Amino acid sequence: MTILSPPSSAGAAEAAARFAATAPADVDYAVVDTPVGRLVAARTQHGLARLAYEDFNGGLDAVLEALADRLSPRILERPARLDDVRRQLDEYFSGRRTDFDLPIDLAAVRGDFGRRILQACRTIPFGAVSTYRDMATRAGSARAVRAAGNALSANPIPIVVPCHRVVRTGGGLGGYTGGVQRKEQLLRLEGRLV
Amino acid sequence: MIPFQRFLDEQRDVVWRFAVASVGRQDADDVFQETFLAAMRAYPRLRADSNLRAWAMTIAHRKALDHHRARARGPQLPGNVPEVAAHDPDPGEDPLWQHVRALPSRQRAAVTLRYAADLDYAAIGTALGCSADAARRSAHEGIKKLRQEVPA
Repeated sequence: MTILSPPSSAGAAEAAARFAATAPADVDYAVVDTPVGRLVAARTQHGLARLAYEDFNGGLDAVLEALADRLSPRILERPARLDDVRRQLDEYFSGRRTDFDLPIDLAAVRGDFGRRILQACRTIPFGAVSTYRDMATRAGSARAVRAAGNALSANPIPIVVPCHRVVRTGGGLGGYTGGVQRKEQLLRLEGRLV
Repeated sequence: MIPFQRFLDEQRDVVWRFAVASVGRQDADDVFQETFLAAMRAYPRLRADSNLRAWAMTIAHRKALDHHRARARGPQLPGNVPEVAAHDPDPGEDPLWQHVRALPSRQRAAVTLRYAADLDYAAIGTALGCSADAARRSAHEGIKKLRQEVPA
């Protein structure tokens, strides 16, 4: 008798796909290609929870590990469940959409103030800009300009929560979670910069 | 903690091979699905430093055991076919696995975990709830029995 040779792995990928199709995951993600680079989009049952610039966040694995720690490790790659996000981003970048109509989940954002800042930021319309000072005032603490800046730099859902529309009071662009070049690119797309 | 998707990517082939070896190609998908469903349910409570391969195979072993028990309990109709014949032979498979499936449950588990899942005896002991030495003995007894049944 020869030694037992293991069965073939053929069929394993299909079985894994069948599992993923109906599994009770807490977080679904997809990688989305856009004119501002590759984004990792992730959603919970409540809505879009993350839109990460892959290169500015240490790569896909680092983004997923952070999501596992902050939201839940029960994460699966299920692109179909992010079709609406991909479609709306396509429309935005091709100039056919000025407003995102997506539920968002800010549960992983630390602190009430941070959430209020991001909610205030959502109301800045396409093509407009606001200031860190104005965001702080609208979140109920006019002097917390630096904290407003920190909350915006930690924005987990850039583009959809348009933190690129927040600039310095003196007219400077300020920083951006995907690098200041991307901030310029987005403001140019919205007609604020030439 | 590694995201479940990575766990699935890393463990799916070995869980599949084990399931095919243990219950046959026909029923392997049931064991596979039940294994990852149970793993996903328990995943948030798993310690971050756990040996993921050993953990996955412990679950897979239990699901395969459930499957064999359910089959043994199955409808006891007069003239019911013997257990081995219930597995449809798979043309691409080493026919020896048919005989492995008919081994006593502990020997079957030790042999499949060793030769289909390629676990070491310490990990097999973890899955079976016994020592590495006891796991090695079970595997050797199983192989000995196969040699008696299937001459070289």
